[in-house]
Amino acid sequence: MATIKIPPVLRPSTSGEKEVSAEGADVGTVLRALAEAHPQTESQLFGADGDLNRYVNVYLNDEDVRVLEGLDTSVGETDTLVILPAMAGGR
Amino acid sequence: MSPSGAEIIKQIKERVHEIDPAEVHEGLGNGVVLVDVREGEEFERERIPGAKHVPRAYLESRIEGAVSDRDTHVVLYCASGQRSALAADTLTELLGYTNVDSMTGGITLWKDRGYETEVPKTLTKEQRDRYSRHLLLPEVGVEGQQKLLDAKVLLLGAGGLGSPAALYLAAAGVGTLGIVDDDTVDLSNLQRQVIHTTGRVGEPKVDSAAETIADINPDVEVVKHQVRLDSSNVVELIEPYDIVVDGLDNFPTRYLLNDASVRLRKPVVSASILGFDGQLSVFKPYEGPCYRCLYPVPPPAELAPSCGANGVIGVLPGTMGLLQATEVVKLILGEGEPLVGRLLLYEALGATFTELKVRRDPQCPICSRDPESITDEEMGVFPDYEAFCAAAG
Repeated sequence: MATIKIPPVLRPSTSGEKEVSAEGADVGTVLRALAEAHPQTESQLFGADGDLNRYVNVYLNDEDVRVLEGLDTSVGETDTLVILPAMAGGR
Repeated sequence: MSPSGAEIIKQIKERVHEIDPAEVHEGLGNGVVLVDVREGEEFERERIPGAKHVPRAYLESRIEGAVSDRDTHVVLYCASGQRSALAADTLTELLGYTNVDSMTGGITLWKDRGYETEVPKTLTKEQRDRYSRHLLLPEVGVEGQQKLLDAKVLLLGAGGLGSPAALYLAAAGVGTLGIVDDDTVDLSNLQRQVIHTTGRVGEPKVDSAAETIADINPDVEVVKHQVRLDSSNVVELIEPYDIVVDGLDNFPTRYLLNDASVRLRKPVVSASILGFDGQLSVFKPYEGPCYRCLYPVPPPAELAPSCGANGVIGVLPGTMGLLQATEVVKLILGEGEPLVGRLLLYEALGATFTELKVRRDPQCPICSRDPESITDEEMGVFPDYEAFCAAAG
């Protein structure tokens, strides 16, 4: 199972979990599995068109999946997905 | 009886070729190599621009490092023309240089004729003491320290990130620190904004920061900008500086800063913090991605905890602000691998660092274009901020 790193703003939707494991052979399936296990994450990850929201960056290990094959990018058992939201705090 | 020293010098001056400063001045730039043969202290005090330095005492061992081709036209000078005549004789008679002149009257006559000299910047004795641990590093040395002293860095915010960054940049001897902050010191700031003190609650943050910096290092000139960064002042504020340190606390100004810094080609060392998590990257226009390449659109208000107060562990901005200061120092020195095209995530509770690649977006609405084509109206285009934050609840 791939590991998904959950950013602080999504942790309320995963009962505070920082890392979640999910099944799937590609990025889309893994993120869908996450959304199924933690339904509150769904609207934050996916738009009405079923695609990733533009403001959510997803990395397979250290590479943005958008420069790979997006949601179709293959995911291995030992891979890590990083969900990255923009943060603006400086104070 | 052996001839006197004065007689020897007279003989040597008769056999070397001497040249008037006017002729040297005219010939500069035509393949002539000008060599200053005075002592190091004299050279450091004042010299003719472009001159190489080979003290007469080290002439034989060092001249080849300065002039390798023995047929090069070499003009030697000293203070008055005596030492250079002796050195010219050595080069011609002993070392086989074929085209050597000694400048009559040395740098003294050169100046009397009204020709230009330069007074190199040097460190004072106190500065040599203060920065001695820098001077010992080959990556810094006198030259690097001078770069730090000449550098102008703008800190956006004297808050959580700006405080530690300002303290260490000041200690390092960054010569000019601009600080943009319109806020006053509040008791709730002091858990992390370490540049301020309990006694200064209620004072403008720019004044409080300037006071601390002056106590740390009198070499640093603090330029206080007690304003809020907005579209009317962003260009004017960042234009005079070499590097911008972004410690802003909200999305709209981060986009505004990005667009202006791309237009002005100013590198931005950017960090953000929330809770126990931090992010860091260096946005160097046209050499790496910009903020909009990384975050093309802001998150919706409910996922953007940048409005109002949020919890942050007090030590986190210390860590992230010092990583920013480190990147600033690297950029000034031109050393190491700056965090361009990379995003560093720090998760304090797990004590983990994660590095992600950030690519330039060929479709980026800002940095895919010529900087001159970015108009005032386009900069910082963002949803209405008050509405944005009101929606966040």
